[in-house]
Amino acid sequence: MDSQLRDQIPTFGAKQEAGGGAGLSGGFSALASGGGRSAFETLIIILVAVVIIGGTQILLGVFQVPQYIMPKPSQIGMALITEWPFIWPHLVVTICELLIGFSIGASIGFVLAAVITQFPFAEKIVTPYILLLVTTPMLALVPLLVLRFGFGWEPRIIAVALASGPMVMINSATGFRRVDLAKIALARSFGASTFQIFTKIRIPMAMPMIIVGLMVGLIFGLLTTVGAEMVGGAEGLGNRLNYYSSMIRMPQFFAVITLLAVIGISIYVFFFWVGKKWANWEA
Amino acid sequence: MNAIGALGSARADVSAPAKMVVEGASKFYQARSGVVHALDNVSLEVREGEFLCILGPSGCGKSTLLWSMAGLHGLSGGRIRLGQEPIVKPHPEIAMIFQEANLLPWRNLEKNIELPFELKRIPPDKARIQALLERVGLKGFETKMPRELSGGMQQRASIVRSLAVNPSVLLMDEPFGALDAFTRDEMNLLIQEIWMETRKTIIFITHSIVEALFLADRIVVMSARPGRIQEIVEVDLPRPRGVEVQSTPEFIERVNAIKAMIDHRRA
Repeated sequence: MDSQLRDQIPTFGAKQEAGGGAGLSGGFSALASGGGRSAFETLIIILVAVVIIGGTQILLGVFQVPQYIMPKPSQIGMALITEWPFIWPHLVVTICELLIGFSIGASIGFVLAAVITQFPFAEKIVTPYILLLVTTPMLALVPLLVLRFGFGWEPRIIAVALASGPMVMINSATGFRRVDLAKIALARSFGASTFQIFTKIRIPMAMPMIIVGLMVGLIFGLLTTVGAEMVGGAEGLGNRLNYYSSMIRMPQFFAVITLLAVIGISIYVFFFWVGKKWANWEA
Repeated sequence: MNAIGALGSARADVSAPAKMVVEGASKFYQARSGVVHALDNVSLEVREGEFLCILGPSGCGKSTLLWSMAGLHGLSGGRIRLGQEPIVKPHPEIAMIFQEANLLPWRNLEKNIELPFELKRIPPDKARIQALLERVGLKGFETKMPRELSGGMQQRASIVRSLAVNPSVLLMDEPFGALDAFTRDEMNLLIQEIWMETRKTIIFITHSIVEALFLADRIVVMSARPGRIQEIVEVDLPRPRGVEVQSTPEFIERVNAIKAMIDHRRA
């Protein structure tokens, strides 16, 4: 009776992350079933994808939707192949800007989170400004930065760092704040130094939230990179979006969108994998 | 030493030298509700190789006392010595076993047990660890993560972790309180065996009278708020004690005597 009832109660898969942060961690469970997926499930997943893409293709044909409003998936695919030689240098630019900006922002955010959580009062002083950075779209700064630095990489890298850093910081801080006094006491009872407590207890303990922060930060960084390239850039995938839409070359435009989606999903999958490897104890 | 004739009788090694000494320990700390007087002038001598249980209701300061003996927090007054050495910070001769096993969930069993060596920056004593794992029946589980182990197995792993660095004093803070009754009996038997084999000085905190009587050479009964030593009871039951001793009339008589002692003073 009891167990029967329990089967009826809907669950949200894996345990929800305590303390939340930006709350994307729950999404990990969507991919978490990957290991035990049956052949039938795989078939259904592929089938749904085929129906959606194929259906779009057929519907666009049936209703004779003009290419400049919505190109067919086949046209997007063709454009991706034929336009690739012209797109990939911009892809490289976008990825470089993203990684450089993210590395700077994430390092500062991580160090700041680690230091600030040791001083609760300092945390109270700094947190409003971090929230300000999190909630303000850094894109808005790009025109200002362009005035100062020109149309080169600098404004975009600064904007990316400013967009991703605070994300990394608030999530890592949530992780560092989860102190388990018993575990710290354990380490101290074996003579651990403050630094050892930090590296052997605090960092591993915060690791799940740090990984979530890095993922959210990198995805926000990607959005900001592309946005910044659209606002003030002579190169990069964002610039290509402007270019193709102004030329009404919609298949090429959607080819770039597809690439951006692939980058975004790759980021997610990469951090999911990192989480499985380095923070699997919490799942 | 105490008022109850049935309990008190001299032990053979009463003359053993004092291993740890607590002199007039007092502790106040600031809580949200105001200043808490956790310990009031507690003095205690723990003999070398003794199994001492500290028994008391929740909030009687027994954990505070033990954590101070571990050097994990300071006292407001009085002092604690290990031999002649004052204990003001964690000491390598003293190892602590915590409530619930307190294993690090991101490390497998072997890495958990090697943690003290890592922290002390010395190579792990693999042979000793292996022998201990075998002793407590955890051989073959080295690569398991804590969440894959039962509560009893986790606590056994934490015992191995503490014994691996070969301390001479073992402080145990209600180590089996979260375990079910059967596992608890099993762990009590195990810790008695380990104590009889190694003759470490063990100071064991519990709020179970049965557990205290089963394990201890002496029981320190504490009263609550502020924590004071109310009575020290010698336990002269022969060893090794089996689980069945708990249902003998002598054992039950002692349980009732201690129960009366606690109830009477709290009323």
